[in-house]
Amino acid sequence: MDSLEAGRPFEFSDETRQRAREIIAKYPAGRERSALLPLLHLVQAEQGRVTPAGVAFCAEQLGLTKAEVGAVATFYTMYKRRPTGEYLVSVCTNTLCDMMGGGEVYRRLSADLGVGHDETTDDGLITLEHAECLAACDYAPVVTVNYEFYDNQSAESASDLIASLRAGQRPVPTRGAGLCTLKEMALQLAGLTDDRDGAVAAVAQGPQTLRGTLLAEEHGIAAPSYDADAPIPAAPAKEGPK
Amino acid sequence: MTAPSPAALAALTPVLTKRWSTPDAWNIDGYERLEGYLALRKALKANPDDVIALVKDSGLRGRGGAGFPTGMKWAFIPQNDGKPHYLVVNADEGEPGTCKDLPAMMNDPHALIEGVVITCYAIRANRAFIYIRGEAVHAARRVQAAIDQAYAKGYLGRDILGSGFDLEVVLHRGAGAYICGEETALLDSLEGFRGQPRLRPPFPATHGLYACPTVVNNVGTISSVPHIVLGGAAWWKQMGTEKSSGPIIYSLSGRIVNPGQYECGMGTTLRTLLELAGGMVPGHNLKFWTPGGSSTPLLTADHLDLPLDFDSVAAAGSILGTTAVQVFSDQDDVVYATYKWLEFYHHESCGKCTPCREGNYWMVKIYERILSGKGTVEDLDTLLDTCDNVLGRSFCALGDGATSPVTSSLQYFKQDYVDYIEGRTPPRLHADELVGAH
Repeated sequence: MDSLEAGRPFEFSDETRQRAREIIAKYPAGRERSALLPLLHLVQAEQGRVTPAGVAFCAEQLGLTKAEVGAVATFYTMYKRRPTGEYLVSVCTNTLCDMMGGGEVYRRLSADLGVGHDETTDDGLITLEHAECLAACDYAPVVTVNYEFYDNQSAESASDLIASLRAGQRPVPTRGAGLCTLKEMALQLAGLTDDRDGAVAAVAQGPQTLRGTLLAEEHGIAAPSYDADAPIPAAPAKEGPK
Repeated sequence: MTAPSPAALAALTPVLTKRWSTPDAWNIDGYERLEGYLALRKALKANPDDVIALVKDSGLRGRGGAGFPTGMKWAFIPQNDGKPHYLVVNADEGEPGTCKDLPAMMNDPHALIEGVVITCYAIRANRAFIYIRGEAVHAARRVQAAIDQAYAKGYLGRDILGSGFDLEVVLHRGAGAYICGEETALLDSLEGFRGQPRLRPPFPATHGLYACPTVVNNVGTISSVPHIVLGGAAWWKQMGTEKSSGPIIYSLSGRIVNPGQYECGMGTTLRTLLELAGGMVPGHNLKFWTPGGSSTPLLTADHLDLPLDFDSVAAAGSILGTTAVQVFSDQDDVVYATYKWLEFYHHESCGKCTPCREGNYWMVKIYERILSGKGTVEDLDTLLDTCDNVLGRSFCALGDGATSPVTSSLQYFKQDYVDYIEGRTPPRLHADELVGAH
């Protein structure tokens, strides 16, 4: 396993350096350190993981020590320390998804791919991980590929999804935009706009999200009405100074 | 499926979810067509203090889990102190069971942005950050688009709508750490550090982001603000209960026919919610459920008629939390469920304080032993003793929350543990089946 110390020299591109400057400029003067999480995503966009060179790059950009950057990089799950594949497949195995079939999905994918948690297939295509709650419990069990959602999975459907990826296809997620590579996704995570046509407008949800809203509409139920033009009342004058 | 009764349907109060069914409401034209940014125009005509007073009067309580009165939080921000003020929106949704903020940001992102502008105007902040969970890329895309559109239309930036009020908003993505949903850990993370909670006091209201006065509010809280500004405090209080006013999104998941998001007046019961959601999946009988995520003590079929508002749930020994209602049946194993939750807390414990770091580590081990058929009755005492040393002794609420499923499952379902220990339930775990073990 690679460690943060065992990297080889690597030069980040001028484009990455320019992007780093733009990211840092989003934060208040003197508070540049706030850009550290985006910058760690940015170095992953070039290298697919956070390497010692990536740590050194962030440190140099922000005037921090490598130890300070390393301490942050090792804290967060989305910063990968081992090489990653083109696709990161995350299976929710938190309680609800696990009991609705997520555990079975994970075991099936692990068997299909021949890899375990945080491991990548030999061809460098797919990294598998089990994930904690992905905030989609009404769609349980869920799988994400490069963080795009595939809802209501079963061991069979997830196995088919993996087979499609291996066949060079990119199945359309249930919610969110079409798939891109993990490195391309890291650019979005760094704060760069996803300018692919239709990415923002891509399908928002399955039926679960709208159930309450549509049920109310279907039965003509509405919240109480109001007068939007009524001004905000002036608060009673405060007591004067002592 | 039989239709829900009129009484159950009457519990529905679509306010925050009202626009969700309009396909282009996420786009600024669609949003403006549906009363979008009217509340901002109205708020900018009022004195900022009057906006704070309005939110106070509405009785709005934070939707992130703690239920702190929002207007009171805003009023804690010192004024004329010469320091910059900040609003930080907590969009780091990740409490197991919780899935209300991502759909809100997907379908109605401008409601969040409009709420941000109004809130910043009220607390006199000229910079806001929206800290969104890293994995939520689909929602982040929509929120970023909404921010860009709002700038283009003059709802953000300099001299907003000619009011003289300036506001810059930055969307900031996390990197995978549940603890960053804790407000002080979130602030440390936003400052570029490991996400570990801070000692309080001082509170964020005086020493928050960059040691300046800061309001940290959940997505649901901020998205409620434009509605309150438009409808008024009295209107908001027509929904919900006296001390838990307004509508709230209940997120239903698990063994039910139609899981999903149901916005109802606060104080709606599980019985009503189940009726709206088509009932339990055939063949499944309700056994245990969380009222508001895994950090809230489990409830049982005896609590079907408990009003799900802050005070009623607290009186029943649990917490309303994030109204993440996870429903489990008699075919689900409560011991295994609790084990999986503890694995989560163990993985997500930031390691700063000993009770949470060590307590969760050892409790996971005890559960593995029990589930492997090697537990002892003493293990149950050890679990409770460990919880005693974690609850109230941890640095933040993550440790407290971890004890919730343990103590409540032992309270209601001790026999299920004993059945593993005495061999009536066959062992469930073997070393090669420890999915999620670290």
